[in-house]
Amino acid sequence: MLRIPCPWCGPREEIEFRYGGQAHLAYPDNPGSLSDAEWADFLFMRDNPKGVWAERWMHNAGCRRWFNVVRSTVDHRISASYPMGAARPPEGDA
Amino acid sequence: MGSRRMEAGGSGVDREAPLHFTFDGVAYIGLAGDTLASALLGNGVDVVCASPILGRPRGVVSAGVEEAGAFVEVSEPWLDPIVPATAVELVDGMVAVGRPGVGVLPDDAAGASAADHRHLHVETLVVGGGISGLRAAREATGRVLLVDERHWLGGTSPASTAIDAQIAELMGREDTTLMTRATAAGIYDDGYVLVYERSEPIARLWHVRAARVVLATGAHERPIAFADNDRPGVMLASAARIYAERFGVLPGERAVVFSNGPSGLESALALHEAGVVIAAVLDVGPPSRSRVDRLRAAGVDVRTGWAASGTIGDPRLEAVHAVGPGGETEMFEADLLAVAGGWNPAVQLWRGINGGLRYDEATACFLPEGAGPPWLEITGAATGEGIDPVEPYWYTPAEDLSHHYVDLQRDSTVADVLAATGRRLRSTEHVKRETYIGTAIDQGRTSGVLTAAIVNGALGAGPGAQGPTNARPPYTPVPYSVLAGLDRGPRLLDPVRTTPIHSWHVARGAPFENVGQWKRPWYFPAAGEDLNAAVHRECLAVRTGVGIMDASTLGKIAIVGPDASVFLDRLYANRMSTLAVGSIRYGLMLGLDGMVFDDGVVMRLADDRFLVTTTTGGAARVLDHMEEWLQTEWTDLRAYCTSVTEQWSTIAMNGPRARDVLTALGTSFPVDATSFPFMTWRGGEVAGTPVRVARVSFSGELAYEINVPGWYGLSMWEAVMAAGAAHGITPYGTESMHVLRAEKGFVIVGQDTDGTVTPRDLGMSWIVRKDDSDFIGKRSLQRSYIVRPDRKQLVGLLPVEPDQLLPEGAQLVEHDTGVIPMSMVGHVTSSYTSPILGRTFALAMVDAGRARHGQTLYAPLPGGTIAVEVTAPVFYDPEGARRDG
Repeated sequence: MLRIPCPWCGPREEIEFRYGGQAHLAYPDNPGSLSDAEWADFLFMRDNPKGVWAERWMHNAGCRRWFNVVRSTVDHRISASYPMGAARPPEGDA
Repeated sequence: MGSRRMEAGGSGVDREAPLHFTFDGVAYIGLAGDTLASALLGNGVDVVCASPILGRPRGVVSAGVEEAGAFVEVSEPWLDPIVPATAVELVDGMVAVGRPGVGVLPDDAAGASAADHRHLHVETLVVGGGISGLRAAREATGRVLLVDERHWLGGTSPASTAIDAQIAELMGREDTTLMTRATAAGIYDDGYVLVYERSEPIARLWHVRAARVVLATGAHERPIAFADNDRPGVMLASAARIYAERFGVLPGERAVVFSNGPSGLESALALHEAGVVIAAVLDVGPPSRSRVDRLRAAGVDVRTGWAASGTIGDPRLEAVHAVGPGGETEMFEADLLAVAGGWNPAVQLWRGINGGLRYDEATACFLPEGAGPPWLEITGAATGEGIDPVEPYWYTPAEDLSHHYVDLQRDSTVADVLAATGRRLRSTEHVKRETYIGTAIDQGRTSGVLTAAIVNGALGAGPGAQGPTNARPPYTPVPYSVLAGLDRGPRLLDPVRTTPIHSWHVARGAPFENVGQWKRPWYFPAAGEDLNAAVHRECLAVRTGVGIMDASTLGKIAIVGPDASVFLDRLYANRMSTLAVGSIRYGLMLGLDGMVFDDGVVMRLADDRFLVTTTTGGAARVLDHMEEWLQTEWTDLRAYCTSVTEQWSTIAMNGPRARDVLTALGTSFPVDATSFPFMTWRGGEVAGTPVRVARVSFSGELAYEINVPGWYGLSMWEAVMAAGAAHGITPYGTESMHVLRAEKGFVIVGQDTDGTVTPRDLGMSWIVRKDDSDFIGKRSLQRSYIVRPDRKQLVGLLPVEPDQLLPEGAQLVEHDTGVIPMSMVGHVTSSYTSPILGRTFALAMVDAGRARHGQTLYAPLPGGTIAVEVTAPVFYDPEGARRDG
C-alpha cells in the first residue's frame, strides 16, 4: 500500500485516496472539430509506460483535492506530487 | 515411548513449570517454554500425523515454521485448524490432534479467537529476533519495533547470558518494543508491514508503517532427498541440536548424521556432547579437517564421501542405509538421522517486495541481490552471512527415485519432478503446478530450492539457472478471523445509513431493501399480507387515493456560486441556465463517453443557487464527478458543491388526493394547480414547519415532495399521516415505487441502464440540447457507433399471457428454435405485475427496439417460453393527464 504525499495534507495512507489515471490530459478546446478517431484517442487511449509517469489522485477521505503524482510503475516509487495546474516538475525529488 | 527429556539442560524451558496437555486423546506433560513439537518429542511421540496423500507416518522434521512433516489441529485453548507443531507454543490445557493435509473448520467457527487491528508508526522495524536482529535493533535510533515469530528472542542460538543482556538492554529502552509471537506476514510499499501477533485472548493484526525495515530473517537448513527420507526420526540436524540445547530433549539415542558442509559436523559435535551416541557421520561436503579431527578424537566414525541412501523402520526409524564413494554399502542402526543439506536464506519477505536473488556457487544457495527499495535492508544469515561453503549435493543418486521425498506436504518425490521435466516442462513455475510442490502451507520453504536444483540438473543447466518459485504473503498463514478483526457479524465493514423516519418504518413492520448503504422500506405489509398483496394495495392507493413514501435517501447536492448555472449547463445534457427561479427541471447527466451516468431534478433556488437530486446509490459518485471537473478542467468557474443529502428529509405524497392532504396540513402558500404548477417548487411553511415543497412526480400522479430539515423528518411524516388519515393515506415502499414508475416508462439509472446506454437508446433524444454549446458527453453522441440505428433501445413488453411474469434479466429471441444457442436480440430490465393494468408488463432493451413495436419476441426460460409483444415503454396515462390531479 502506497504512502501518498498529498500536497495539502502531507503523506497519507493509500486507502484515503481515489485513483484518477493519467495526468495532463487536457480536455480539447473544441471537441466538435475533432474526427471520430481523434476524439476516441482522447477518450480511450492512455499511455502505459514501464517506468516513471504522471498520474492523478484525489484525497477522497481527506481534503478532497485533486493533485498529480509522479510515480514509477516499476517499483511504485513516488518522486513528486504537485497541485492541479502546476507543471510537472523535472525528474527527481519533490 | 519413554521420556526423552534429558536429566538436565534445556536453556529455554522451565523445569519447575510443568504444563499438562492432550495429544490425540492421550494426556502428557511438557514444560513451560516448550513448543508442542518439543513436548511431543520429549514424551517420545514420534508419529504426529499421516501424510496427506499417501497416508505415510510423519514426525517432526524441523524446529520452526519451515516444518514440512508434523501438522496438528489445536482446539484448546484456541482454535487453529492446521498448524505445524513446531510453531505452536505449548500452554497448559492444550488439546491437539494430528491433522494431515488440510485443516477443517468446525461447523460453528464462531469460537475463532477475537482479533483487533492496530496501527503503529516507527522509525525502524526489525523482522527477526535472532543475533542479527538484536544487533540491528541495538544500532537503531528513534522508535524501534522488533518482531519475532517465536515465543522467545535469540533465534536458534542456545540461550546465553550475552543474549539475555542484549535483550535486557533493549527492553530498557523507552522507544523500543520487542514483540514475540509476532510474524511479519507481508511487506508492502513504502515500509508498510502487516504483523500478525498471536496474543491471547485477543490476537492482533498490526499495520506498521516504518521509515526503515531491517530483515533479519535468518536462514533455514535444508534437507537432502534419499529413499524414505520422510520416515519419523529423520530430522534436520540443526533442529535436532535445538531440541537438545534449548528444550533439553534428545530426539534420538543413537544417531547417524548426514552432512553437507561444516554446520552438519558442528551439529554432530553438539549432539555428541548432549549425550547422543553418534553411530556415524556421513559427509558429502567439502573437507573440514578440524571438525572431522574433533569428531574422530571423540570416537565418532566419520565417513567422508558417504551418503545416506535409505531408511528402515516401522513406523519410526530403526536403521540407515549408507552408500560409500565406491558404491560400497553399509547399514547403521539408529533412531535419529540428522540431515544437514546446507542453508537457504529466508528471503521470502525480501522477494515479496521485488528484491532480486542471485545464486552463490560457494554456498549453493540463493542470496539477496541488488538494493531493493531504499527503506529496506537485509542483514545476517538472510544475506548469506556466516553460511559455510557446501557442495551442490541435492539428493542421493539411485535407480528408483520414487521414494526420495522433496515436498513432504505434497508427498512429491524426485521422480515426480523428473517426470514433469520429462514431459518437457522447463520452468519451475510449471513444475510446481504439475507436481503441486511448494503449494502447501510452507510454500516450498524446504522444497523450493531442492526442486529448482533437480529441474536445473535435469535440463543440463547450472545449479543456479532457475531459482525457487516465489512465495507470496502471508509468510505463514493468518486466520481470516484476524484479517476481519472487529468487522465481523451482520454489520461488517460498511456503514448502515438510515433516514430520520426509519424508526417509524421499523415500527410499521416494513422489510428493508439495501440501496447502496441505505436501508429503504421495501413495502408495508398489513396483517397477513405478503409482498405481492401489499404492493397491489399500495399501488392502487397511489393511483386512486394517496400514498406516502420516504424519499429522503435521494442524493441532494447544493450548487452555489456566480457560475453555478454555467457549470450545470456543462454537466447536464439539457440546459439549466434558462431555468427560472422557483422552477424545476428533470436533468440527464452523461459520462464523457456519452452514456447515461445519472439523473435527477434540478431546482433553481436563486440566480446563483441550485439544489440537484441524484439517484440514491449515485450521490457520492455524482459529487465526485462534479468536483473532478471543477478542480481539474473548469478551474475558472466559481461554483461550489455541497452534499446536503442528510440535511433534508423528503416525503413524497403521490395520488389524486395529494392536494387534499396538503391543504389539510395547512400551507403558507396556495396549492391549486394554477398557483403551484407542475415542475415548480414553493418555500414556506407546511403544518407550521419550514419547508420546500416540489411538484415533481415519479408515479405520474399528482405529487408533492415535502422537503424539511432532517430534524423535522419524523414529525412531518407523522403530521402527513395524521392529516391524510381521512383520505386513506397509504405508506408505500420501494417495490411499489418501482411498479408505479415503470407503468409510466420512467427508467431507473443502473437498473434499466448499464453504462452502455445513451439518451437516444432510451428514446430521450428530446432532452439533449442541439445548440452549439458543449456539455460532457456531447462529442461522443456523434460517434458513428453511437448513432447506429440497430443499437439496443428501450421498449415495453406485454406478455401474451397477461399473468406470465418475465424474470428480470431474461434474454429475448426472435425465433424460439428450442435449441441453444439462439440469437439474442435483447434483455428484460424491469418486470412487474401492474395492479392498475391488471396484468404483467416489462421494460427491455432490444436491438432496434423502436422499429419493433407490435412484433412478437420470445423469452425462452427453464420453465417454458414466454411470448411477448413489443410496445412503447409507457403503459399508463401516456398523455400525462393525471399529473395535475
